[in-house]
Amino acid sequence: MKLNLSSGKVDMSHGSGGRAMTNLIQALFVKYLDNDILRQGNDGASFDMPIDMGADRMVMATDGHVISPLFFPGGDIGSLAVHGTVNDVAMMGAKPLYLAAGFILEEGFPLTDLESIVASMASAASAAGVAIVTGDTKVVEKGKGDGVFITTTGVGVVAEGVNVSGDRAQAGDVVLISGSMGDHGIAILSKREHLEFDTAIESDSAALNGLVADMIGAAPQIHCLRDPTRGGLATTLNELAAQSGVGMQLNESAIPVKRQVAAACELLGIDPLYVANEGKLIAICAEEDTVNLLGVMRGHPLGRDAAVIGRVLEDRHHLVQMQTRLGGQRLVDWLVGEQLPRIC
Amino acid sequence: MCLAIPAELISINGADAQVSLGGVRKTVSLALVDDVAVGDYVLIHVGYALNKISPEEAQKTLELFGQAGMLEGGATEEDMLGGEAL
Amino acid sequence: MKYVDEFRDQRQARAIAAAIAREAKGERHYRVMEFCGGHTHAIFRYGVQGLMPGNVEFVHGPGCPVCVLPVGRLDEAMQMVERHDVILCTYGDMMRVPGGKRRSLMQVKADGADIRMVYSTQDALKVARENPERQVVFFAIGFETTTPPTAVAMKQAQAEGLRNFSVFCNHVLTPPALGAILNAETPIDVDAFLGPSHVSTVIGSSAYEPFAEKYRKPIVIAGFEPLDVMQSTLMVIRLLNEGRLNLVENEYTRAVTREGNAKAQALVHEVFEPRDSFEWRGLGLIPESALQIRAGFSGFDAERRFPVQAQPVTEAKGCACPEILRGQKKPLDCKLFGTVCTPENPMGSCMVSSEGACAAYWSYGRHCHDQSLRAAR
Repeated sequence: MKLNLSSGKVDMSHGSGGRAMTNLIQALFVKYLDNDILRQGNDGASFDMPIDMGADRMVMATDGHVISPLFFPGGDIGSLAVHGTVNDVAMMGAKPLYLAAGFILEEGFPLTDLESIVASMASAASAAGVAIVTGDTKVVEKGKGDGVFITTTGVGVVAEGVNVSGDRAQAGDVVLISGSMGDHGIAILSKREHLEFDTAIESDSAALNGLVADMIGAAPQIHCLRDPTRGGLATTLNELAAQSGVGMQLNESAIPVKRQVAAACELLGIDPLYVANEGKLIAICAEEDTVNLLGVMRGHPLGRDAAVIGRVLEDRHHLVQMQTRLGGQRLVDWLVGEQLPRIC
Repeated sequence: MCLAIPAELISINGADAQVSLGGVRKTVSLALVDDVAVGDYVLIHVGYALNKISPEEAQKTLELFGQAGMLEGGATEEDMLGGEAL
Repeated sequence: MKYVDEFRDQRQARAIAAAIAREAKGERHYRVMEFCGGHTHAIFRYGVQGLMPGNVEFVHGPGCPVCVLPVGRLDEAMQMVERHDVILCTYGDMMRVPGGKRRSLMQVKADGADIRMVYSTQDALKVARENPERQVVFFAIGFETTTPPTAVAMKQAQAEGLRNFSVFCNHVLTPPALGAILNAETPIDVDAFLGPSHVSTVIGSSAYEPFAEKYRKPIVIAGFEPLDVMQSTLMVIRLLNEGRLNLVENEYTRAVTREGNAKAQALVHEVFEPRDSFEWRGLGLIPESALQIRAGFSGFDAERRFPVQAQPVTEAKGCACPEILRGQKKPLDCKLFGTVCTPENPMGSCMVSSEGACAAYWSYGRHCHDQSLRAAR
């Protein structure tokens, strides 16, 4: 029975393990995500150990995606799911190889939307040079899901001598970011709050493994890499400070924020330092690696606006502080709860 | 209290208007202001234009700031502020 | 962003800071109360206190409508939702404030209540139009800046016959609060005031003149940006040095006039009238300090439509919000600050509201500089 992709909807039979589910898997997942391993058609994926890559460790990461709206300027839950896990693996200094994707579909979810999402995942995976090699599909009753939830898990390999970890920042190190802050969160929030833009603000959702590979090539001793997703730059820097047992001093004027993103934040009463990013990274390196690293980052399409934004210092309170654009000093604290827009 | 932000009026549509701040456009209500025209700057608070901004007064204020900087000898600016910008 | 970026310029900030350091007389201490929570926020967000010489100190005032709202009123809003199954529309600022049983609207929402965050009273009207079979209550808070938008919505609701819409009115007035601070039994140790930016665009700078005249503490209406705050502080210092204590000056001339916004004032006057008295958290009962809905609009008064009765509430033991709101203590003086009371587990609304002195200290100022300032006092 042919799947009615244009006007059909997900129903409980698609998750039941029977023919309907096999149809769905073939017509959508296998068709779009097509690769040798997937075509084996087994419950699990089998692949060779990557022994010839000069690697001595493997990395695994997982991410659940529950974003709403499912489609937003610059991406969708599918591309986000691929980028998110590819980036988590890359932030360990690893080369991502394979992804697994688990789908929880809500009864009634339009198949045409599902097709768009899967096509988007295929495209994102291909661009990132990774293959989605295994997956799972379940269906929940109407009202018990939010259209679709996707969980991706990724594996990768770390080259010998590379040791990227959140606890490696040291006093004297330099803090860099790969580009402008707040694009993703504002793209999402603006859609919800009916803000329009002269030039559309899009999510920056992107796979960073290519950029990371270049950076590790230039500075294999890089200390930390992390992508400032939920909670934004501020929260991620606080995580790193706590993990490494250090403090940081930032320079607000050095942090790139797109003009329209800054304006949208003013209108909504939120702080761009706490807004999520999905295609940016923070790098912490020894001072002597700074020039090299910055050059390499700026040479990559995803790092054109890379900048030095601060320094790591001794601080037993593990505080992240910042010189404001006014020249004053303030604390950049963890995000508390959700950032709620203020009227006051 | 009362976060209000200045934005430029770019079009008027009856009781509402579109304003623009740094390239971001929003619809606001004009119920609280009179006598506004496209090109005026207004203060926006909770979705309403609250008041018109006077360009002449804004300029005067900026000039006042500039005057504060005229030093009469004695300590320099750098002495007053600790720390260097990164 | 025009009229924003120019007022955050670092070079100008240095220049004004230098002027303040030059003109603030070494032998005296200048205590300036910034009345408005928005100014507290700006001071901390930009680090303005750190640019001041050691003898110029900002004292945080009660101009945070979330902080001064008595817990009982929040409990009444919760009762409306829980007992009468209304859709409660509220500004984001109220969502995390702890109520009488230490539950916030956020938690009540998690328990299944229909509470919706709105940016504008227009959004609340929209919710009412889209849900004709449900009762929709707008939780109105705020000083005189935020009151006119509520008035507009109520007039619109009346004109449209939007019978399922009503307002729970907690709007408060600035001059009486200023009076209560100046008139307090324990005299307040403040030399001058920075007046609120946007309340003043509505009520006009003349509203403050009787207070400056009577209490001989100068008031400078300050704009919202950090350079405005600094320039206004310089103006305050000059007035104090010159002994010109009974004056109101206006730094925010680009948006504030002596008379204010007559159209907005008229709209408010049409819909609201003063309450005999209203209990302010921290300031106690202040006569004629808040607004209630006039008889002509009583059909849209949530307090009439949904009778609720809040139990009297005592502050959490040790919570210094009342003294902090009156400028008598600083957040670091509160025993609960940073130990029991944190943004994740706020004891009082000074910690929850982003305008609250405690939240501002925690988020922006809880670092070494502040510790040394405290030690020096």
